[in-house]
Amino acid sequence: MKFDTPATDNPIDQLKIIGKPTDRVDGPLKTSGTAPYAYERHDVVPNQAYGYVVGSAIAKGQIASMDLKEAKAAPGVLAVVTAASAGMLGKGDFNTAKLLGGPEIQHYHQAVALVVAESFEQARSAAALVRVQYTRSKGNFDLAKSLDGAIKPPASFGAEADSRFGDFDAAFASAPVKLDARYTTPDHSHAMMEPHASIASWDGDKLTLWTSNQMIAWSVGDVAKTLGIPKEKVRLVSPYIGGGFGGKLFVRSDAILAALGAKAAGRPVKVALQRPLIINNTTHRPATIQRIRLGATTDGKLTAIGHESWSGDLKGGGPETAVGQTRLLYAAPNRMTAMRLAVLDLPEGNAMRAPGEAPGLMALEIAIDEMAEKLGIDPVAFRILNDTQVDPEKPERPFSQRRLNECLTMGAEKFGWKDRSPKPGLTRDGRWLVGTGVAAAFRNNINEKSAARVRLDRNGMVIVETDMTDIGTGSYTIIAQTAAEMLGVPLTQVEVRLGDSLFPVSAGSGGQWGANSSTAGVYAACMKLRTAIIDKLRFDPADAVFDKGKVRSRGKSIALAKAAASGEIVAEDLMEYGDLGQKFQQSTFGAHFVEAAVDAATGEIRIRRMLAVCAAGRILNPKAARSQVIGAMTMGAGAALMEELAVDKRFGFFVNHDLAGYEVPVHADIPSQEVIFLDEVDPTTSPMKAKGVGELGICGVAAAVANAVYHATGIRVRNYPVTLDKLIDKLPDVA
Amino acid sequence: MKSFTFERVDSPAAATMAFTRTPGARFIAGGTNLLDLMKLEIETPGHLIDVSRLGLDKIEPTSDGGVRIGAMVRNTDLAADARIRRDYGLIARALVAGASGQLRNKATTAGNLLQRTRCPYFYDTNQPCNKRKPGSGCAAIAGFSRNHAIVGASDACIATHPSDMAVAMQVLDAAVETVDAAGETRSIGLADLYRAPGNTPQLETVLAPGELITAVTLPKPIGGTHIYHKVRDRASYAFALISVGVVVQRDGSGRVALGGVGYKPWRARSADAELPRGAKAATAVLLADAKATHENAYKLPLVERTLASVLAQAKG
Ligand SMILES: Cc1cc2nc3c(=O)[nH]c(=O)nc-3n(C[C@H](O)[C@H](O)[C@H](O)COP(=O)(O)OP(=O)(O)OC[C@H]3O[C@@H](n4cnc5c(N)ncnc54)[C@H](O)[C@@H]3O)c2cc1C
Ligand code: SF4
Repeated sequence: MKFDTPATDNPIDQLKIIGKPTDRVDGPLKTSGTAPYAYERHDVVPNQAYGYVVGSAIAKGQIASMDLKEAKAAPGVLAVVTAASAGMLGKGDFNTAKLLGGPEIQHYHQAVALVVAESFEQARSAAALVRVQYTRSKGNFDLAKSLDGAIKPPASFGAEADSRFGDFDAAFASAPVKLDARYTTPDHSHAMMEPHASIASWDGDKLTLWTSNQMIAWSVGDVAKTLGIPKEKVRLVSPYIGGGFGGKLFVRSDAILAALGAKAAGRPVKVALQRPLIINNTTHRPATIQRIRLGATTDGKLTAIGHESWSGDLKGGGPETAVGQTRLLYAAPNRMTAMRLAVLDLPEGNAMRAPGEAPGLMALEIAIDEMAEKLGIDPVAFRILNDTQVDPEKPERPFSQRRLNECLTMGAEKFGWKDRSPKPGLTRDGRWLVGTGVAAAFRNNINEKSAARVRLDRNGMVIVETDMTDIGTGSYTIIAQTAAEMLGVPLTQVEVRLGDSLFPVSAGSGGQWGANSSTAGVYAACMKLRTAIIDKLRFDPADAVFDKGKVRSRGKSIALAKAAASGEIVAEDLMEYGDLGQKFQQSTFGAHFVEAAVDAATGEIRIRRMLAVCAAGRILNPKAARSQVIGAMTMGAGAALMEELAVDKRFGFFVNHDLAGYEVPVHADIPSQEVIFLDEVDPTTSPMKAKGVGELGICGVAAAVANAVYHATGIRVRNYPVTLDKLIDKLPDVA
Repeated sequence: MKSFTFERVDSPAAATMAFTRTPGARFIAGGTNLLDLMKLEIETPGHLIDVSRLGLDKIEPTSDGGVRIGAMVRNTDLAADARIRRDYGLIARALVAGASGQLRNKATTAGNLLQRTRCPYFYDTNQPCNKRKPGSGCAAIAGFSRNHAIVGASDACIATHPSDMAVAMQVLDAAVETVDAAGETRSIGLADLYRAPGNTPQLETVLAPGELITAVTLPKPIGGTHIYHKVRDRASYAFALISVGVVVQRDGSGRVALGGVGYKPWRARSADAELPRGAKAATAVLLADAKATHENAYKLPLVERTLASVLAQAKG
């Protein structure tokens, strides 16, 4: 099915099941600990051995020699895999550095060996006996010192590195009110709960990997490419994923090494990346340095917007696209954006929840707050004043839906914004300085083609199969809701099977495209199944109604089970997209409001309450969507107040590489969160009329927190995270 | 983790004897620190002696009006004990500011005092670290040192002692009772338990190999207002950037100790004497010989400001 004209009325619009707050269909499995995660799949294949990964001790250089004698002789050891023993390995399309390093070392903790043994303990103990001699080379680990050599990267995901519109330089130079400020965001780790983990099993030349992966089809391709075997010989199974946030979009060393280990040991092998390895071995959100220039008239109309961003990556990697949202968020007749990329020898950077927008808005939405203050205009009003209903760089292109102003207005109302004093540093509550902050949220909508197979079995059960993944987001549930709505059955009559490369290829989970795209694919397959059922019953397609487990037409009513009595009815289809996404700018919007308190003596920062108002098309399941947004707000609070991978610029690695050192928020950090969704449908996105929310929720949060800290203290921090050491010298004197 | 053997003993004497029999053995109590370090092969004992069932799990009055806390009293139980809460509130407050509920259920009084530093380079066996591998250098001094020591450190090591409980015990003049393999017992003031890093940061306490902590004693209660302020970026489940423990009397006199600034809880009687004159005066004494790195210099004003805030709270 091709979606190339805006959706009209369709069975989803009945909203009997779609749009209702619905408990997770996989909830009982999760809460009872019985959802089978990759490392725990003891049942899928017998005789599993254990692999333990050895990471490189240096960031850049060569392995001079490796002594495996002791490791191989250690109790229980079955095999030791290294680049030298693994044979020729390719590199996948989605990773920058090799997943098994040697002799060249490209980054710290790059895998250099896998030790396979009878037990986990034996594998871990023997791994410490792998003796590696390295020759270090000089690396480049300091982004701030690499700006001069940074290059203009090629377009990524269709976005050019630079954009220009009008005459920015002249407009900025002549603007009566100006801001020119520099902001930094640090490297971030996904820090998902479940480590990267895989079990590999060979059957002749066929490989099965039970793994934890967001993008099944991409990863089948990359496993095949890396191992040099045909795609058809690779099966990936990933039905449950304990968090990904972009860190599991790609194949990582656990999967490749499990496959190599299984080959070497001649039996199935399981590998989980140990927590202290994950941060430097896998991907992270790269740090940015951003310069923002804004020019405005004295009455608050932006006349010039300039946003430049520098980030680094390994050679061959890509930039953090932190200026993307600035091309679309506010009106101004003169604009420029630019991204520059430095080569760094730190572990490879890649997507993390709202790549580009998350760090981009961390900077931009502080800049907007600063500009509003310079102009003496309330920051909510200032944003509303500079709204645009068209793509500012291509004014002939309207937004399909853009209700940012409503998000801001409603948020201000619910949050009690009008009582806020325009001056910072005035509100005191005992020891605490209290302030409030606002920021806009913006994240583009992406549609990806997505297929599904739907079966109606003899018992009237509807079974959906697609390689879509559920990374804790609720995919199982919204797909079940979609099929139930389409076929007029209760949720209990739908079974959803996900995350297996034997199933039709879906959009997968990434870029907040999963919910709309995967359910649209299920919609297409269900449409086909409806036709097949109607044909089978020789009903009139014009008046057939699917309702209460039956099909009705011209006074006749037949149970679905009966329609399939003579054999299962199966339909498979793919949803593809025309050019609506080009004709219209499809984006999601929101407004974040935060109240924060700062200890006037110590500078400790504690969030008191958070509110998000989101406009993101049809909300398929308000309960799951709310969970997505509060999780994202929590992550945004982490980015604001504590998350930072500390770079050792001498040795070239992230030092705080475990969850004691890399702090993410705990319950005590997040006292009260509220989420409101505007009632919206967007007929240009798909028959579901939905968009994503999982990434929108993090966009802007950190800036809202930083702005609240400023409002509380009058101290502007432009370098994240906003921590007390950056406030301490400017806080009021203590008695 | 290296393979090891394990035995469980049922008396302090059996514990120290077991140690004499198997050189290179270690006592294990709650295991919440030792096992993590063994997994990373930062500690590699060949034999573990489980001392968690020695009957050292009681909190009893002493003849001089104080209290004796068995070495194996769990952190949770100590924090919840009615007498501790009433008479030594600082200890209960410091304990519940540390770790998590689950960890405190396992962690013991002795284990808490002997937990090792959280310096991230100490935890990464690829990095130079004089404490882990004497003579290899200190990666932290010119590296990521935001959480490191500002007092008592040396050119060899700037690690801090991470315990919250120990800070409170230091304020309250706690002492540690031990027994060694020969059956000799002694009592060591907490201030004297920890060794300055000097050139041998791997030697952290004055305990002899195989010397077992049997109890912590506290002198009779001193009254006053007990406040423990632990400063951290994350609201819970984070080690202190710095912490300040005070007991302040009505007349403004009192005692103070700092956590997160040195290799041991940092206290100076001469600083206590300055307390009535305020935070600035007391801090000047406590941090007289302070030496910060470019990443932890914020701790200097932070100590004074936190102490000022705590003293203001104590006044009510
Ligand atoms: C994630 C995490 C967060 C934490 N956060 C904090 C925090 O915020 N604040 C804080 O103060 N602590 C914190 N801790 C540390 C925690 O308090 C310690 O791990 C715990 O107190 C150690 O006690 P244990 O009984 O488990 O010791 P073990 O791990 O069993 O032993 C520790 C050491 O003491 C020795 N030992 C034990 N008993 C005796 C004895 N009777 N005589 C002689 N030697 C003995 C052992 O040989 C070992 O060397 C945290 C720990 C973790 C893992
Ligand atoms: S501060 Fe001490 S523990 Fe840390 S690296 Fe230096 S020597 Fe090791």
